[in-house]
Amino acid sequence: MAGLAAAFGSGAMTNSIAELEDADCILVIGSNTTSSHPLVATRIFRAKEKGAKVIVVDPRKIQLVHQADLHVRHNLGTDVALVNGIMHVILANGWHNQAFVDERTEGFEELRGVVEQYTPERTAEITGVSVEDIRTMAEWYAKARASSIVYCMGITQHTTGVDNVKSLANLAMLTGHIGRESTGVNPLRGQNNVQGACDMGGLPNVYPGYQAVNVPENREKFEKVWNAKLSDKVGLTIPGILEGLNSGSVKAVYVVGENPMVSDPDIHHVEKALRSAELLVVQDIFLTPTAELAHVVLPGASFAEKDGTFSNTERRVQRVRQAIKPIGQARADWEIIQDLSTRFGYPMNYESPAAILDEVAQVTPSYGGITFDRLEGDGLSWPCPNSEHPGTKFLHAGRFSRGLGLFHAIEYKPPAEVVDVDYPFWLTTGRVHVHYHTGTMTRNSPSLHEEMPEGFLEINPQDARTLGVKSGDTVRVSSRRGEVLVRVDLTTRVRQGMVFMPFHFVESCANILTNPAHDPIAKIPEYKVCAVTLEKAA
Amino acid sequence: MEYRTVLTTCTYCGCGCGLYLEVMDGHVVNTIPCKTSPVNEGKLCVKGWNVHEFVHSPKRLTQPLLRKNGELTPVSWDEALDFTVKRLREIREAHGSDCLAFLASAKVTNEENYLIQKFARAAVGTNNIDHCARL
Repeated sequence: MAGLAAAFGSGAMTNSIAELEDADCILVIGSNTTSSHPLVATRIFRAKEKGAKVIVVDPRKIQLVHQADLHVRHNLGTDVALVNGIMHVILANGWHNQAFVDERTEGFEELRGVVEQYTPERTAEITGVSVEDIRTMAEWYAKARASSIVYCMGITQHTTGVDNVKSLANLAMLTGHIGRESTGVNPLRGQNNVQGACDMGGLPNVYPGYQAVNVPENREKFEKVWNAKLSDKVGLTIPGILEGLNSGSVKAVYVVGENPMVSDPDIHHVEKALRSAELLVVQDIFLTPTAELAHVVLPGASFAEKDGTFSNTERRVQRVRQAIKPIGQARADWEIIQDLSTRFGYPMNYESPAAILDEVAQVTPSYGGITFDRLEGDGLSWPCPNSEHPGTKFLHAGRFSRGLGLFHAIEYKPPAEVVDVDYPFWLTTGRVHVHYHTGTMTRNSPSLHEEMPEGFLEINPQDARTLGVKSGDTVRVSSRRGEVLVRVDLTTRVRQGMVFMPFHFVESCANILTNPAHDPIAKIPEYKVCAVTLEKAA
Repeated sequence: MEYRTVLTTCTYCGCGCGLYLEVMDGHVVNTIPCKTSPVNEGKLCVKGWNVHEFVHSPKRLTQPLLRKNGELTPVSWDEALDFTVKRLREIREAHGSDCLAFLASAKVTNEENYLIQKFARAAVGTNNIDHCARL
């Protein structure tokens, strides 16, 4: 999100999901859409039926490839070089939108300076993509009436994640495919309410509505409404919290509905950090591997047991409605926090989630007109600044949130870990269609569990032959951080020299292997690239 | 026999599909896609169709647990919350507010995330609050 915020002034999906089906060209890069966002994939299928060109850029032969007009398999972690190469071709042919660049953007000359060096030949050498395919992508994307970019964690989970996102923003601005219907740069958020958790200030540097904690006026405003003295010091991100636990500067961690013992990179390191906490409190609906380490475990309520709102990937705030009472003695998470805060000496006495959302609207300009009674029907997409405002379908029409769109001239940097003699295979990780994140919910759902009861490693049949393994054999996968045993699946979905593992399965936990090296700005770990070695398990 | 349907939003990915939970005698027994949802227009994926299945899982946590003699032991809400508050206060007094950290959640509601960060910032006095946006 940091990348889009820097370029446009707002870190969110620029356009709505439904608009995708009227795009003329859709560039899907680093998103396994059919598995991870099936109902976004539906819109891509409809666009294809209406004649759109669909370009899929992914090292794996994902399912969406079967619908694509062009599939490009670049080397892992070479996205910046690829996008620079595409922009090089666009500029060389004059396919860019000079009027848009002149009127709506700044930083173009610096961008041109860098992009000039990414000739198709040089780009092909770095990325492994043919000169012809680079040219085709450039032509289709630039010349379409409305082109839309769809991306996901395949772009962001890199040490160059912010650079990757800025590169896509560059491409959209260069061609003017932004700020209009069916265009834009569209990050698909992986979790149902990750957009909402960010919007509500579940981040160490901002209050609700992305209002920076270190701007005195913001702090004074929240101090007044909350009737409390607030810290002006930017807080710690998750990697910082884990480092703090190891170094002793963090003593207590309170975790609500998260499972870092499966989801975070380099699990051995995470476990050591969490075990060193003087107090670990976990509030969740299942006894997750993280909860097993806790001193206190508090049973929260699932989405079926409480009222509230979720904000989806297109900024649409929608109602969650209570269907049943909480199970056993479980309580809604808002009631737990409220009770805890009151006992702590900071009383909270909200009557209902609706009353909490009223306070959110009071302090958050983009949610200013969002109240429970307005959310019947289709919900509302923010920004929605007042009670008459209909919500906002696509962002940056006529003007970017930051004023002018900012180009960033970016050089390609290789991933933090590359293959070598000791660790000769590239490992990348991701999701499968029947499971979700750390599997806390899906692996406790009989129908989904039955579909895929255990983890696996995708390996190219040629590589399997060299290693002497057959389909269904178990291999030991080792990285510099740990090793796991996992069954192999022989498939040409991956190329020679590359393997893939889903990260849902704690018994064959991909994140024991992954590299915690992270992007310097967004702090996002490089889940999508690390180096491993394989051997047949005895 | 009491039967109802309750319109709500799926708890899996960021699409935010609209669906009805079918409730019979206090149990969520099935899921039906919502035709008028602007997101999914009457469709659901395999996860969405089965989203009710984990709700009544026998593995759900049903009471607070407190570690006693190394074992997580069932306790009352009063005991669990009072212990948590006492330890949070002790640690804050000994080491300062920034020795405490909070993880909000991409799974819980907006209202709950708002309260979690408000508790961290206004009650405890730290901006050490993050969630798995990056994962």
